Order: sequence, then C-alpha cells, then structure tokens
Amino acid sequence: MKSLSEIETVTKRASRAVGFSWGDSEEIAKGIRLLELFGFPGIKNLNQYFKLINKKNFENLSILKKKNKSNKYSFCPINLGIRILDQIKTLEKFKKITFHKVSYPILLLPFLSRSSDVIGKKILFKFEKNTFLLNFNVNILSNLSLKKFPLLAKKTEIVFLENKDNFTEKEWKSLYKLSENTFVEETESLKQGAAGAGLTDND
Amino acid sequence: MNINLRDPNKIMKLSRLGSFHQSRLSFLRSFLSEFKDWKYKRDLFDLDKNGYGTAVYSFTKKDRVYSLVCFANQISDTERSDRVIATKWDAAFTLHDGIPLKKDIERLRNEVPKQEVGRLSYKELTLSRANKSVRIFDHVVENLSKGFQPNLDLLEKVGYLYRTTAVYGSGKFGLADRFRIKNREEINGPFRLEMMLVYLVRQFTFDQVNYVAKKRNPKTAVNLDPKICRNLGIGNSTGLGMAPFIVNHPTLLNNWISCRETALKKIRELETVEIKDSNLFKSCVRNSVKNITSWNTESEYQIKKIKFLLRDVRKFLDFVEKEFDFNNSYPFDILYLWLEKETCEECVEYIVSIMMEPFGEIVQPLIKKMSSDEEKYFNIPTDRSVGDLLAILEKKYSNILTIDFDKKENHKKFWFISKNKEEPRLADRFEEQGSDLEQPLAIARDIKKLYERCLLSKKSLKIDKFLIDNSDLRHVVRRAFIIEKFPYSEIQDNTISENLVPIDMLRLKLSFFGALKFDPRSDKWLRICMFQGAPLPNELKDFDEQWVYNS
Repeated sequence: MKSLSEIETVTKRASRAVGFSWGDSEEIAKGIRLLELFGFPGIKNLNQYFKLINKKNFENLSILKKKNKSNKYSFCPINLGIRILDQIKTLEKFKKITFHKVSYPILLLPFLSRSSDVIGKKILFKFEKNTFLLNFNVNILSNLSLKKFPLLAKKTEIVFLENKDNFTEKEWKSLYKLSENTFVEETESLKQGAAGAGLTDND
Repeated sequence: MNINLRDPNKIMKLSRLGSFHQSRLSFLRSFLSEFKDWKYKRDLFDLDKNGYGTAVYSFTKKDRVYSLVCFANQISDTERSDRVIATKWDAAFTLHDGIPLKKDIERLRNEVPKQEVGRLSYKELTLSRANKSVRIFDHVVENLSKGFQPNLDLLEKVGYLYRTTAVYGSGKFGLADRFRIKNREEINGPFRLEMMLVYLVRQFTFDQVNYVAKKRNPKTAVNLDPKICRNLGIGNSTGLGMAPFIVNHPTLLNNWISCRETALKKIRELETVEIKDSNLFKSCVRNSVKNITSWNTESEYQIKKIKFLLRDVRKFLDFVEKEFDFNNSYPFDILYLWLEKETCEECVEYIVSIMMEPFGEIVQPLIKKMSSDEEKYFNIPTDRSVGDLLAILEKKYSNILTIDFDKKENHKKFWFISKNKEEPRLADRFEEQGSDLEQPLAIARDIKKLYERCLLSKKSLKIDKFLIDNSDLRHVVRRAFIIEKFPYSEIQDNTISENLVPIDMLRLKLSFFGALKFDPRSDKWLRICMFQGAPLPNELKDFDEQWVYNS
C-alpha cells in the first residue's frame, strides 16, 4: 500500500513534469492525497488526465463568472479547481455557479472540498444525475458508484449551501425534551446556593 | 524586563544556523525524558556465531508497544558504503508498531534489508540501516574475546561501533503516515520515533559485539564495560538529502527555532538566578570543554571553527569565573550581550544551548510546541491584496531583496533530484546540465522575483487575480503568507549562491536532533555521533539530565 506521503510527493513531481508550476503542483498533490484519503480514485483519474493533457486541448479560465461556458473544448479540471479555490470568496456571493463541459470532474472535488472549508459552508456539486456534498473538507458524500467515474461533466452546477439545519424543529424539540431528563429540578435552596453569580446584580 | 526575541534576519542566516548545537530541546534528549518510565526489553536475539541474524527490542507502556526489528547480514568490505547509492548494509532496522508476529518478521526480513527498494506497511513507523566501523568493531570483539576491554583512545577517536546512513519515517516506502499516529501523547515531539530507532540500534550494537566475542572464545570473553558502552553512541553519515527538509517544512522549522528563541528570551528575562542554577550552568560549560577537545575531524573548515570555539569558550569561562557576578540583575541577559560582543557565532550558540540546562521548567513546556500541523497553513489567503504581500516581503525578506540575482555568483548553483536514487543534489548551473529541472528550493531568488512582479502590479489587486498571471510564483506567495505568521520559517540566505555551504543546512537540523561532534567530510556531507554519553536502556528510570556534559 502506498502511503499518503508517497502519493503527495509523486503527484507533485508528476504534475510539475506535465507542465504545471511548482505552486500549482503542490495544490494538485494535496488534492490527490485528499481524494485517496476519502477513498476516491484520484491517482487513477489523474493518470488518465495527464496522458491526455498534451494530446488534447482543454480550456482554462481566468476570472470565473456565474455562468461559465467553454468555447470549443472542455475545461481543465485542475485550472478550474485552482481558480475556484482562489476566487471562492467572490464566487460564494453568486450562491450558484455553472460550468459547461468539465473534463475529469473527479479532479475538481478536492478543490471544492477545500473551498467548503475556506468559506465555512457546505458545497453541492452536481452534474447530470450525479451529486456530491462537500462537507467542510471533512468528508464527501456522493450518490455515484466510485468504480466508474464520468470522464466529462456536461452541465455542472456548484451550489453554496447556506448553513442551516437538516432536521425539522419538531425533531429537534423532541430530542431536546429527552436531554432535559439529565437536568435537576432546582429547589429554592439550590437556587440560593448552587449558582456562582448573585441573585441581584444591581449593585 | 521584556527582552525581544532575536531578529530572524540575524538568526536565520546560514552561518548562524550552521553554528547551532544540541540542547535540552534536542529531540534525542526529549525522547529519553519521555520514554524513561517505559519498560525496555530484548524480546528476541537470534544471531549466529558471526553476529548475523535477527533481534527484536521493545519499549512498552500499558497497551502501547514499539518494537525494533533488526536484521544483521554478512556483506563484503567492497559492498560496504555509507553513500546513499549503496545497496547492502551490515544491518537494517525497522520500528514496528506493536509486537511483530512471526509472519511480520518474515515479511520484514524480505523487505527491510532492501531499504529504499523494499516495501514497508502502515504497521512500520521508521526504517534505517547501518554499517559497522569495521576497525572499531573488530578491535572490540578481538579484545573482549580475550578477556580485555578495548583501547579507549581508539574508541574515543571514533565514538561508535556502527553508523547509520539514513533514517526514514513519515510515509516513506510505505511506512505509516504521520497522521495515523499524530495523536499519541508520547510522540508529541518531532522525530521521536526516529530517535527511538537510533537509540535501540545503539543497544543492539553492544549486544552484538558482546555476543560475537563470547562465541569466539566462550571461556575467556567478557562483556563490554557499561561505562564504555555509555560513552559510545551511534554514528551517522548525512548528505544533502536532509537539506531540502528545512526548506520544505517552513512552519516546522519556525517552531523549532521559535522554541529555542523563546527559551533564550525567558532565560534572559530572569531577574535573579539561584546559586544552584548558576553553578549548574558553569559546571556544564566547564565540562563541555572536553566535548570540544575530543571533537575529531579532518575538515579544515571544521577544525577552524572548533579552534575559535575552544578559544572563545575558554575566554567565556574565564570571564564567568573570574569577573562575572551572578548576583547582578538579569545575569543571563548580561552574559548573552557579552557573548555577542566578545565571541564568534559558534560560541554564542554553543553557550545559548548550555544556558537552557538549569531551566527545565522553561524548556519542558516548549518541547510540545515543536511539532506543526502544516496543513492548517497551506491555503493562500487569496482575498488579501498585492499591497499586503509587498508589505510582508519588505518586512520579512529585507536582506534577501538586496541580493542581485543578475550576478552569476548569486545563482550559480541549482538543486535537483537524482534519477538514480531520488535524492536531492546540488550542481553548478553553468557547468552541468539539468537546471531546467530545478527543484523549488531557490526561495531567495523566487521571493525577489515575486517582489519585482508585485511592484509592477496594482497594490489594490487581490491575490486571486494576481495568481492568474503569476502562477509560476505561487509556491513563494504561499511562503510569504506563512512567514507573516511564522517569523522563523525561512532561511534568510541564498541557497543557490556560489558561496553556499550546504552542510550549514545539515548542521541546523542535526543540532535539533541532538547530534554531537559534526565532522564534515566535504561541503556536502558530514558524520556525526548521536547518544554518545547517553544512559543505557536499563538506566533510563533515573538518569543524569546533563549526561551530554557529564559523561
């Protein structure tokens, strides 16, 4: 078994070798480490992508907008990922951004995962019927079987989810009521003597 | 009185970092303190009459067990090499997490002796190999087998029976990643498991030499005197492989230096010092002189440094014993200022290390701050502006910004990774090929380049936009925002200069390991000794904290 440290080192060097800058290579290496840590086929997909990178054309983006459409070719997931990570605080304000045609969308996941941590919000990543929930860089939930990961995402949507409960108020109250059973009913004497602060604080 | 931390622009220069010495903060000393109440045991010792075979040693506390698995092999003299290009060694070792099962030992027997081309598993924590100092090993066996102790003069010249040529950890070759074990209290300090491996290897070398002598002549053989054992350490040959580490781990480097600087600051801020503490300090300085006079090297560079060190330490001792009064307020501040004025860099840092000896209560809490959660500082704050970045560069890299990189001598060298051994190397950019594959270790040059690009950009431009056209400098943008928070994270020197002395980078790291007697064999590699004078495993329960000076 390869250690995550080996995965990161080799990925960084390989990324540099195919032409990314050292700084970008560091980002890619962190990303692949994260994918492999979470059980996603990072090495496999990066390998496939790097084999294509000098044969096929991919589009890069500079400033990201609410809607981003590629002209002729699909977007490079690494360039896109780095741009999203760098511009995340601006992009967050759009609530939702879309991309038309992204190659190897799995390679975008670690950048979205880290972005979720940066803005402190969950991010929903959707393309076709596939959804991924990026949880503050702690984990990634998906409805997709990991064995066959799509090589192209045609219509991609990235939604910045507002921080809100994913349970009803009724469910919360019910649980809270149970938790109250650990409390002690206060007698007059306990009210007088068990608290740290005084009963009147008007002095 | 509030004393400022020392200026990184002064301390982080390579000549200063290359003058650092071991101290109470050093990893091998903090390892011994942490593991002193662990149960030590030799679990297996299955060697043949020539000392070849398998041995296992362990440290145990409650349910936690760390086991050193040793494989001693026969190699010919022509196969023995300390260089990283070697493929066979006298002995190979791994530190196994837990008690190794028979099948683990069989697996490890196939892999550990192969070192870099073997594969370890997440159950193994560190990996190393070592070669005999054949001259010393044979001399000791010969004498012990006849019932005599070895010649101490000869032993003192070398200081060890074996020297390691690499110690690997943190995920190398399939070893456990650091994250798997980082929450263990006992290893909450850098390189603690690497130190454990070296320490147990040292005991193996004593057991092996005793065993071979006994097998050679069972009737007359005696064991090596424990006092002699104590004064033997483990040698280590270290080359350039270690140098990039301190560039590649900026927050970790910061924490090491920052703890040392904080200790010095707190000691200088002591208004009064008890007599027992000033006496301990003086006795350590006095006793340490023999560590300098017994420091053997053939390196002209080091001989000169030792000569000045000895001269200045004697001058300092003279001052402390004849002129200085510890009843002065803030005595260590006065001493420090005197040192800076009167002695060489090597002596200043030597005495700074010894200043920590009486003050365990200052040093101990700092040891736990020497690790770093590097991931936390990896993200670039891209909502900051070019103006912010410029201000950081001007404040934190002021000396580096004055270097003229158009001059050939200032960018003469380049760092690369050798294809043969995947190890870092240094070469002349104008005479050798390969500079197009240069490693990102020319931080000073790239910082200067970043500064010039920033000057051409609008100050209000946000970093996210700046990076669009300057992704080639992303690695140093990250570093600049790290140094803003971590002032000692960067070497304030040019690592590609014609005048670079790479062993200064090695010295820095090795001093934090706790190495003694740096012996440069060229400007690119050196030999050192570790654990010389340290207590033996069966003496750990109650040992002299100042063993470095009192052995």
